[in-house]
Amino acid sequence: MSTATTVRRTALNETMRKYGGKMVDFHGWELPIQFAGILKEHEAVRNSAGIFDVSHMGQVFVTGADAFKLLQKTNANDLRKATPGKGVYSHVTNENAGLVDDIIAFCLAADRYLVIVNATTSTKDYEWLKGHIGRMRVKVENKSDDFSMVAIQGPNVPKMFEIFAPEALKLPRFGIVEKDIMGEHCYISRTGYTGEDGFEITAPHSVINRIWEKMMELGRPYNIVPCGLGARDTLRLESGYLLYGQDVDDFHTTYESGYGWVVALDKGDFIGRSVLAGQKAEGVKRRLTGLTLTGGVPRPGCKIFMDGRQIGELASATYSPTLKKGIGMGYMVPPDLKPGTPLEVEIHGRRVKAEVARMPFHKGTAFTFKPS
Amino acid sequence: MPKPEEVKYTKTHEWLQLGAEAIAGISDHAQHEMGDIVFVELPKVGQKLEKEKPCAVVESVKSAFDIYAPISGEVTAVNGAVTGEPALLNQSPLDAGWLFKMKPSDPAEAAALMDWAAYQEFVKQSAH
Repeated sequence: MSTATTVRRTALNETMRKYGGKMVDFHGWELPIQFAGILKEHEAVRNSAGIFDVSHMGQVFVTGADAFKLLQKTNANDLRKATPGKGVYSHVTNENAGLVDDIIAFCLAADRYLVIVNATTSTKDYEWLKGHIGRMRVKVENKSDDFSMVAIQGPNVPKMFEIFAPEALKLPRFGIVEKDIMGEHCYISRTGYTGEDGFEITAPHSVINRIWEKMMELGRPYNIVPCGLGARDTLRLESGYLLYGQDVDDFHTTYESGYGWVVALDKGDFIGRSVLAGQKAEGVKRRLTGLTLTGGVPRPGCKIFMDGRQIGELASATYSPTLKKGIGMGYMVPPDLKPGTPLEVEIHGRRVKAEVARMPFHKGTAFTFKPS
Repeated sequence: MPKPEEVKYTKTHEWLQLGAEAIAGISDHAQHEMGDIVFVELPKVGQKLEKEKPCAVVESVKSAFDIYAPISGEVTAVNGAVTGEPALLNQSPLDAGWLFKMKPSDPAEAAALMDWAAYQEFVKQSAH
């Protein structure tokens, strides 16, 4: 297949360049890999505030009398947890319990949901949801091309919102509020991919640059820094968050990914339920397991060994700026290795000592969060 | 500390200060392109290096980079400070961030290296 297609630019492209973003092609989107440097950006988010252009993410609206029913049927998690003004992290599962995508479904009103989907899967998700409408009274619309998105993340971010959007401060984790910003209808959610407290603003392209500048201004007292995909990856991996296409895909199940808490077997039937129920009863054969190591930087694809035998390979791996050592996760057989179990990882043809780690590797403020 | 114009350069962005005991490192341009350096694997003292063959590894948060021997020779010393503090390569690539010293086996090989002006031109050309 040809990949020589045009690279898509977000509405923030010019602004990213103005702030010194080093632009790269990320799955067909031109996005900044870094600005001042991954370590500096990572530390800013962990300790204070950072801002990301995440406009490549997609927005699918599900509306109508049976909106809940369609989402309940296509998701492993229980949509009843998403009452109006709240969202739920979930896995859209196929018949084999593989992941169509991992998403956040926000309930805006009983008959109106906003589903935030991954960039590479937005069309697939839209087709998948549409394909399961059957006789339900529900409309599925892919509005990914109509919206931009910025993530403002870090322990000092709520202070930035005190005057700008006081209603957002009351949001619980995964809460959402609709708000007119600069005359346009926008969405503010208390979500993110960094493990820190913070917000994501979904807005029409026409106001996103002004929103970015406003955030830079509000964040100045907290030394907010623009952040790129590099820091986004180190932050999410320390937090044990999955990256679709790398850690999970159509062929790995929710239980295998270690995200069993997402599966609500008791909610009634949904696509993939019988396979998941079987895995719950019998256990899984492989599981996404974390490891740490010193003496090198592990990368995706590195082979993992235990007692001299290969037991898997790394799906995601990097240097952890917080732990100051290598971290990674990969599907390992056997699936229930205890933290501390000695392993080896092959880096540049050399076996480096590693050990099984508890995940998440690091718990930021998102894990200890209490709304004000 | 050698000035940028006092050392020679390879097309793979290493620098070499010539002498009976030559000193090697990575160029300022290289450290800038690599980003935050977090791990360094050096050759061993006594190791025989062959020019243009990988002899060390530098890892940034982003990626791993092979370091190539600028000329052939034997390693006489390595900079242990950079294994403990890899960020020295970012902060001071030509001074505190040097990588290893070597005894050239054929000093004439150095004639193939670029001087500062040629290297600057090379970097400018490869940016296009």
